[in-house]
Amino acid sequence: MSLPAEEIAAIRANIASRKIRDLIFTGIGILCLGIAMMTIAALFVDMLVTGWERLRPEFFTEFPSRRAGQAGILSAWVGSVLVMLVTAAVAVPLGVAAGIWLEEYAPKHWITDVIEININNLAGVPSIIYGLLALGLFVYTFGLGQSVRTAGLTLALLILPVVIVATREAIRSIPQMIREAAYALGATKWQTVKDHILPYSMPGILTGIIIGLSRAIGETAPIITIGALTFIAFLPPAPITDVAPYVSFEWLKAPFTVMPIQIFNWTSRPDPNFHQNAAAAGVILVAMTLSMNALAIWLRYRLRKNIKW
Amino acid sequence: MNTHKLPPTPAKVKAETKNFNFYYGDFHALKNINLQLGENQVTALIGPSGCGKSTLLRSFNRMHDLYAGNRYEGELLLYPDDTNLVDPRVDPIEVRMRLSMVFQKPNPFPKSIYENVIYGQRVRGVTKRSVLDDKVEEALTNAALWNEVKHRLHDMAFALSGGQQQRLCIARALATDPEVLLFDEPTSALDPIATASIEELIHELKKKVTILIVTHNMQQAARVSDYTAYMYLGELIEFGVTDEIFIKPKDKRTEDYITGRFG
Repeated sequence: MSLPAEEIAAIRANIASRKIRDLIFTGIGILCLGIAMMTIAALFVDMLVTGWERLRPEFFTEFPSRRAGQAGILSAWVGSVLVMLVTAAVAVPLGVAAGIWLEEYAPKHWITDVIEININNLAGVPSIIYGLLALGLFVYTFGLGQSVRTAGLTLALLILPVVIVATREAIRSIPQMIREAAYALGATKWQTVKDHILPYSMPGILTGIIIGLSRAIGETAPIITIGALTFIAFLPPAPITDVAPYVSFEWLKAPFTVMPIQIFNWTSRPDPNFHQNAAAAGVILVAMTLSMNALAIWLRYRLRKNIKW
Repeated sequence: MNTHKLPPTPAKVKAETKNFNFYYGDFHALKNINLQLGENQVTALIGPSGCGKSTLLRSFNRMHDLYAGNRYEGELLLYPDDTNLVDPRVDPIEVRMRLSMVFQKPNPFPKSIYENVIYGQRVRGVTKRSVLDDKVEEALTNAALWNEVKHRLHDMAFALSGGQQQRLCIARALATDPEVLLFDEPTSALDPIATASIEELIHELKKKVTILIVTHNMQQAARVSDYTAYMYLGELIEFGVTDEIFIKPKDKRTEDYITGRFG
C-alpha cells in the first residue's frame, strides 16, 4: 500500500507543527533554568568580588576584632566544626536506628502510620520553632547552657527527620529477595540488618547524613534563639589535654559562635569594611556546604559500585 | 525419567504434610494438602499460576513467617525426628537451618563469591578459616561451579553470569548441609543452556539431599523429578510417580493441564 503524495505532505506538515511546540517548550525551559542559575551565580560572584581582598590565611586564624581589617573567623569556623560534631554524633545513631526500626522491625499498623506521617511533618517545621523548643528544653529545663552541646543537640533535632527519611529510603531500595536469601540461610533479624541491610543502604544513608549536616551548618535562626554569642575572642577548651585522661569534654559546655552568626553580625554593622568580612565568610560557608555535598556525591558513587542486584 | 520402577508412594519418607492448610489473612491458599517427599528423591510441584505451589514450598522453610497475617494449620513433619516444621513452638530459624532454599531469580548478596557461599556458616558463628575454606570448596564443587571460580573466589558475585549466579545460590544453600533443598522455579530467569546445567545438577544433588522443586515447565518436571504433585486452586489434585502422572494421569484436571488444554 502506498500513500498519495498530498497525504505524505500533510503528515509532514502535521509533524512540523507539533515539533514547533516542542521547540517552544525547550526554549522556555532553558530560559527558566538560565534565570535561576544566573541569579545564584550573580549573587555568588558579587560576594566573591566583595570579599576577595579579605580571603587571606590570617582571616582563618584571627578572632573577631573591632577593626574590620584585623577581624577573622577563627572562633566561628571552629565553633561550626564543633557544633557539627555534636550534631552528627547525636543525629546519626538516633536517625539511622530509628529508620532501621521503622523499616525492618516496626509492625505495620496505624501507630506506625501516625509516626511515619509525623516524621515527614517534622522535616517541614520552621527551624526557629526548633530553636524555641531547644531554648525551653535544653537551656532552661536541662540547664545545658548556651553552649556547644545545646547548639549541637538543637541542630541534631532539626536534621533528625532528614536522616530518618534518607535511611528509610535507602533501606526500601534493597530488594526483598536479598532479605529472604539471608533469612532462608537461618539468619536472625539482627544478623540480616547488620550483614546486609545496613551495608547495602550505607551509600544512601551517608548521603542523607551529609545533606542534613550541610543544611545544619547554614542554620542561623535556632542558634540565635538559644543564644549564641556574636563576639567571641577565645576558643573552647581543647579536646585533647596533657594530663590524664588526655581527653576533655569541657568544650561541650563552652560558649560559642558559628559561621552564619558571625556573618549576620558583620552584615548588621554600619562600617562597610565589615561587609567585606561578611562576604568573605559567606564565600567560605558556601564552600563548606558545597564541599560537603560533593563528598556526599563522591561517597555515593564509590560505595554503589560494589552494590548490584 | 527413571528407568527403574518406583512404588506409587515414596518408600522412605523424609518429609510429609498432613492435612496441611495455609491462610494469607482470610484467604485460604492451601487446602488440606497431604504430600510425601521421598528421601533422596526429587518431588516436583506443578500447576497453573496461583495454584499454591510456591506457597506450599515456602511453607517448608517458614518464609511466610516474615510477613504479617499468615497462618499455618495442620502438620508439616520432618523425619526421622518427627519435628512439625510449622508448629509455632518451633523456631523458624531452626527450620531454615535444616532446609535450604533456592529462589526464582538468582539472588546472590552483593559480596564476594566466597562470602556468599559461607554466609550460612557465618550466621551459625563459624569463624575458623580452614573450616570455611573447606566448606566453600565442597559446596562449590557440589554445585558444579568450583572449576569456574576457584581462582576468583574474592570477586564480586554479580560479575558471574546468570546461570553461574544460580549455581552460586545452590552452593550457598548446600553449604549449610541441609536435609531438604527447596527450589522455587530455579530456572525461570535462565537461558536454555543454563537451565540444562541446573537440571543436571539437581539430578546429581538428589544423591545427597531430598529435593522439592516448584516448576511451571512441565518438561522440566518430567525430566528431573521422581514424583510429581499437580496442584490446582490450592488443592493437591494428584500425586504419584512422575512417569505415571505424565503418561496416564488419573484425574481429568491433571490431564487437561499436562496436555496443555489450559494453564
